[in-house]
Amino acid sequence: MNEKVKEPLFHISKRDNIPPIKAWGIRVIAIILALIVCAIVTTILTGDNPLSVYATIIKGAFGSQRKTWVTFQNTAILLIISLALTPAFKMKFWNIGGEGQILAGGLASAACMIVLGDIVPNGLLILIMTASSLLAGAVWGLIPAVFKAKWNTNETLATLMMNYIAIRLVAYYTVIWEVPKGSGKIGVINQSTNAGWLPNIGNKYLLPIIVAAIVTIGMVIYLNYSRHGYEIAVVGESERTARYVGMKVNKVIIRTMLLSGALCGLAGLLLVGGVNHTVTTTITNNQGFTAVMVSWLAKFNPVTMIFTSLLIIFLDRGAGEISTAFGLNHSFSDIITGIILFFIIGCEFFISYKINFRKKAAKEEVSND
Amino acid sequence: MKKVTALALSLLLALSMTACGAEKPAASVAENTEATVEEAATETASTEEATEEISMKAGFIFLHDENSTYDLNFITAAEEACKKLGVEIVKKTNVPEGQECYEAACDLADAGCGIIFADSFGHEDYMIQAAQEYPDVQFCHATGTRAHTENLANYHNAFASIYEGRYLAGIAAGLKLNEMIANGDIKEDEAKMGYIGAFTYAEVISGYTSFFLGARSVCPSVTMEVTFTGSWYDETAEKEAANTLIGNGCVLISQHADSMGAPTACETAGVPNVSYNGSTASVAPNTFIVSSRINWEPYFEFAIKAAANGEAIPADWTGTIETGSVLLTEVGTAAAEGTQAAIDEASAKLVSGELKVFDTATFTVEGNALTTYMADVDTDAAYEGDHEAIVDGYFAESTDRSAPYFNVFIDGITLLDQAF
Repeated sequence: MNEKVKEPLFHISKRDNIPPIKAWGIRVIAIILALIVCAIVTTILTGDNPLSVYATIIKGAFGSQRKTWVTFQNTAILLIISLALTPAFKMKFWNIGGEGQILAGGLASAACMIVLGDIVPNGLLILIMTASSLLAGAVWGLIPAVFKAKWNTNETLATLMMNYIAIRLVAYYTVIWEVPKGSGKIGVINQSTNAGWLPNIGNKYLLPIIVAAIVTIGMVIYLNYSRHGYEIAVVGESERTARYVGMKVNKVIIRTMLLSGALCGLAGLLLVGGVNHTVTTTITNNQGFTAVMVSWLAKFNPVTMIFTSLLIIFLDRGAGEISTAFGLNHSFSDIITGIILFFIIGCEFFISYKINFRKKAAKEEVSND
Repeated sequence: MKKVTALALSLLLALSMTACGAEKPAASVAENTEATVEEAATETASTEEATEEISMKAGFIFLHDENSTYDLNFITAAEEACKKLGVEIVKKTNVPEGQECYEAACDLADAGCGIIFADSFGHEDYMIQAAQEYPDVQFCHATGTRAHTENLANYHNAFASIYEGRYLAGIAAGLKLNEMIANGDIKEDEAKMGYIGAFTYAEVISGYTSFFLGARSVCPSVTMEVTFTGSWYDETAEKEAANTLIGNGCVLISQHADSMGAPTACETAGVPNVSYNGSTASVAPNTFIVSSRINWEPYFEFAIKAAANGEAIPADWTGTIETGSVLLTEVGTAAAEGTQAAIDEASAKLVSGELKVFDTATFTVEGNALTTYMADVDTDAAYEGDHEAIVDGYFAESTDRSAPYFNVFIDGITLLDQAF
């Protein structure tokens, strides 16, 4: 008797294996729902035609050759950062210190450009920049890893705090290197000599794209076909198992965070030496955090990450265009992006879990009987 | 790849559109009328365009959006100028001081803008980069310092003689101090003002010095303390700085930073305030004296016209009281009697040239009169003076370039910190 009364309207059960087609079906439904909600919000708030708003989003990302290149360049940078965080995540080491690791790398390349710009030949300078930014990023990742390995400190807090140290360091050096004095900005470094500017391959947008392609391929191989990748997966599944089979867990943690930090440092190098030619406290544009979402959305799969990072950048660029084209406040485009991301992230729940309603559940019970 | 994504998305859009159309037929009638009005406005604009034959678009790059008083001041001026000239306006807001600025400028140039403006100091390097790439498009940068040395025919700087505005605001402050002395609220030697600056940057130094000299021109016993926040916009820091200064015994506060932090703190403490960028009477109804601001509309109008007619735009353009670029708001309820008349009188003298803000007879540096000063006008790594600024017994501000370069520390002003 009681059992019947207590039976809830629905209950949630975990899905074991959902066929990929069905999973993608759920995602497509989520995107359609997101667009419908966005359309309703747009019409209510602005009175603009939602269709033209969507068209503007596409125009913002791919409206001209330059826009398309910028979209792909930004995607490449975000992809590199996401790939950098992925090995740590797979190991269940929650590295949310991407911001700090990128800034450390960026600050190192800026330092080389400023200090060595007039001293060493350009080719050598770029080599030094590359080495030092990879190293700086690696060190920024290493510190929390060592603390985690030696004293089992919480890596989430440690990596997060390292972000603020890096931001303040950049602020400190901004005051030292600022041009002109008192202006609070470094400005474009070596604008007349271009010393330390990463070379243009084809056009100025292509280099990060090529680097991202190489890193993606490298990461696929590293994670899936190397011993290191296997060790990361095992440590991520269960540290105890890893210890039991004789893996040196601490070594794996430190090694993986060195790689994670170094790749973030590489993104810093590209941002400073290749894209902006300056360093500011906001140069990362929060991509160290955005990349967390990109990596998770892709379920840590480097190839899927190409699409998730493109999606995020596409929304971001489109949102910017909305505020220009419709004279709307930038906040409006943030609302649209927020709605779309909410649905996309939310739908993952329906991919991992199944909702069973009462009747259906009752029937199942009967059939089980 | 691009096409596939575009196709897929447009399909989704079409779907969602039909769904939405069915659900929401009448919800947006009011908004729709608004949209129609706007359309009508643009239509009239385009007819004007036809009559005045300015068929050019004007592009604008703003650091933030209208939520920042600094950017709002530019946005309003840009809209006003474009409406007046019947020019189509394309605005890009929230453009950071990085490569995004270059991309935004190129984007505007690609979209057919004949002239492109940027409003933040940190945009300059990126505007120059874009100007080199698009020689047929005019690039104008407010507050920048490099146009006169860059030798680019299509890159220009602009500023205004805002030090004159601050001098006038200083007169209002001095009169307020006089009133407080006359009322017996403070003694003559207690007439100490506080000033919150952003950075120890020439623009700020020029600003607070002219404000101080204006106050001292009517209240000879005045002194001033200055502190810096290290940010152009930091509400908490500005509020804290105001409270510190008030705690130090400052009886009147002014600031060169963009938030409402200082005016709010002053209103709470009941200390009179002279603000910047426009009236702060709304948050400080009982303590607001007056505010100075730069009106960018005259420059925008001048530059757009010049670009449309193919006339040269000077590398540096300095707006003045006369061009309508330097404005003071109406005086607030806290102002002393006769303030408006005193401001008007001094303003007329500044216009006629009878009065000079940085008259070397009115201030000393370490006890001595300033007879020669090499100002750092050209932006280079040397940070050395390269232009003689003392002419005919006064410091000639904003003549060798539009952005201020007065960075002398004069007697009577105490800097509490110089970290920034």
